[in-house]
Amino acid sequence: MAANITIGPIPYHWPAAIKLEFYRRMAEEPAIDEIYLGEVICSKRAPYFDNHLPDVTANLMAAGKTVILSSLAEVMLPRERKATSDLAALDDIELECNNAAALYARGRRPHRIGPFMNAYNEATIAFMADQGATHICLPSELPAPSIAIAAAAARALGLGVEVQVFGRASLAVSARCYHARAHRRTKDNCQFVCEDDPDGMPLTSQNGTPFLRVNGIQTQSESYIDLLAELDDLDKLGITHFRLSPQMVDMAGVARVYRARATRSISIEDAGQQLRALCGATPFSNGFYHGVAGYQSVPDLAAG
Amino acid sequence: MPHAKSIRQERARFPGADALSRVSCVLVQPVLTRIVRNVADKHPSLFARLGEHQATTYLIDPVELPFSLLLRPDPEALSLQAVPRDRLPQAGASIRGKFLLLLRLIDAGEDGDAAFFSRGLDIAGNTEAVVRLRNALDDIDGSIVEDCASMFGAPGRLILQQLRKTYGQANARS
Amino acid sequence: MQDRDDVLAELICPAGTPAALRTAVDAGADAVYCGLQNATNARNFPGLNFTPDELAEAVRYAHARGVKVLLALNTYPPAGKVALWREAADLGARLGVDAFIVADMGVADYIARTHPSVRLHLSVQAAASSPEAIRYYCEHFRVKRVVLPRILTIPEIRAIRREIPCEIETFIFGNHGLMVEGRCSLTNYLTGQSTNMDGVCSPASAVEYIRHPDGTMSAMLAGFTIDRFGADDKAGYPTICKGRYQAPHRPEGYYAFEEPISLNLSRLLPDLISAGVHAFKIEGRQRSKSYVRNVVASFRKAVDDIRAGRPANIVDLIALTEGQKETQGAFETKKWR
Repeated sequence: MAANITIGPIPYHWPAAIKLEFYRRMAEEPAIDEIYLGEVICSKRAPYFDNHLPDVTANLMAAGKTVILSSLAEVMLPRERKATSDLAALDDIELECNNAAALYARGRRPHRIGPFMNAYNEATIAFMADQGATHICLPSELPAPSIAIAAAAARALGLGVEVQVFGRASLAVSARCYHARAHRRTKDNCQFVCEDDPDGMPLTSQNGTPFLRVNGIQTQSESYIDLLAELDDLDKLGITHFRLSPQMVDMAGVARVYRARATRSISIEDAGQQLRALCGATPFSNGFYHGVAGYQSVPDLAAG
Repeated sequence: MPHAKSIRQERARFPGADALSRVSCVLVQPVLTRIVRNVADKHPSLFARLGEHQATTYLIDPVELPFSLLLRPDPEALSLQAVPRDRLPQAGASIRGKFLLLLRLIDAGEDGDAAFFSRGLDIAGNTEAVVRLRNALDDIDGSIVEDCASMFGAPGRLILQQLRKTYGQANARS
Repeated sequence: MQDRDDVLAELICPAGTPAALRTAVDAGADAVYCGLQNATNARNFPGLNFTPDELAEAVRYAHARGVKVLLALNTYPPAGKVALWREAADLGARLGVDAFIVADMGVADYIARTHPSVRLHLSVQAAASSPEAIRYYCEHFRVKRVVLPRILTIPEIRAIRREIPCEIETFIFGNHGLMVEGRCSLTNYLTGQSTNMDGVCSPASAVEYIRHPDGTMSAMLAGFTIDRFGADDKAGYPTICKGRYQAPHRPEGYYAFEEPISLNLSRLLPDLISAGVHAFKIEGRQRSKSYVRNVVASFRKAVDDIRAGRPANIVDLIALTEGQKETQGAFETKKWR
């Protein structure tokens, strides 16, 4: 049984029309099983799409997709606390918690653990399972040996286990908005300048190559995580869900490549070539998985 | 005023500097050997914090002195050597600053990070080696510098006093 | 165990080495915090921290002088390495430390069940920044104190205080972390060593300083240029979040996250006390005895002045700050965000 292919929450401030079109395409794509919705990064952006969420959810469900609502990664302001508790109050849809405030509001009712929750180890996973977690998305910096142990522990407790296999890694979040800062504004007066960068804002070190992407309060990797060559191993370790984080590329095409590789109906080389064709010149990385610097791309030995 | 500028000014060479440097090295070497033995005997715990960097060579470069110091904090082959500036050997790490700043750092009279932030202290080479040496020295109670000065009796303490006074005045002016 | 309102404005001081711990105790710390020589704490730096024997001696020294010892176990064990954190907790309990500072739920759960008599403090690395998040840790692990992230204004702290059942500790001086602590993998992205799992941030082994002939200096991390300082520029730590980069709208290069600068809340101490902050934390386990002596002594005096109703006379600590600059960060105004 191949793992499920999931689409993570959209990290960027895409205009509502773009998001609607994006989810229309995701609904049509058979390679995709589950879709996470909701604003995870910046509470100021949420009003732009919140009113569309019920329709989008209904459409995706009608197309046979499992829909999960993701909570904010950072909860501090009254509106963020309210958004989190409102979300946790919903009973007819799955919830992914990305902050302890969401866990608090959810109580022992079933929920998923998001990648911002720091489920690094078997002890934490056991505790979370005891509190009603049904599914864990592991932190993207976790190396393979730890993924193996965490996955085994989670599976033994009957939890789903998810790993991000595609898209930019979230490297940091902050209370400060770095998009606003780049434009000499503050977060309260940002005028949603992040909307101008649907693929994030590149930061270039003085070596001359971009290495980070700013997305509002979030800092991402410049490279896309790509674990196509590691899917077999992840499958053997018991990973039940492969997460694709949305980027400004043909995500349905990306999902098809990962689905094809997950079902072993395509070679690693062919899958890699197809993914490269879809992603332009953006560098790929798998360093975190292999326990080296995250930006690095370690050639897969089995593939060679 | 920024230390960095003054560090560069101290670097100005003069005719005969190299010869003076070499003579100074010969003169000062016996003293250095006594100092480093004394410190090692009194503070054996220092070596544990150095860990693998016991084997690293450190070039300690007091900018106003006519020579630099090469430290190898290996308990099996401990050495502190004066080396002429025109023949500086390869070192694992180098630490450069005004002589009395370096003395104050050894004695935790000054904070190494602060000295670095102000650019009064330059480090190069293996940064971890520098951090380990700093932390190892910082864990020593009492004053290594005063201990060493005392090795030379009243004249040693007097020289140290004078040096500190000069340094204090120089700092007050800058 | 003392009542939450018993001693307000407790001074929590850093100790990277046994000598620094004694210095902090002698300079007037109410409590010192320290860590072991491994990945169980977030200052797992070369040549720093305590062996078990040193910790035992440190606890004796501090307790003999009425000072508490808090053991930082504030990193996240990666799966398969949990035992190291449990052993550290067992050791700390055996040696009689007064509290553990924790971030990971698995570690917190273990201590709450195995060593229920030892206080738990929630590390800033847990990033609990709302009453709900804090209550979560209080209710599940009996956390007695939360170290708040450095992202809240004083009115926000006051509001949180009214809604939580535990004490509040805030940073008042030192390194000014920009990212939400416990959620930052920047170091791991460039170096392969993780802040959360290994307790490092820009590890010295990956740092190199290059002096250029014109007097400028490049700070490199794993081959990436973090900043290039002019001959007379002040410097900071070589952390990614204090680096200078280019962006499409900032081709000249700019401090994309924050410039080298340190937090100093000395002028806000009375406001923090009235907002209900129980304990003041001084950052800097990686700093020297000289730093500890100066900073602890000056805040000791300031806190004593305030408690006695005198205006606090704050000593100038600018020379000890990163970039020789200081800020009140988020505490004073939302504009910081």
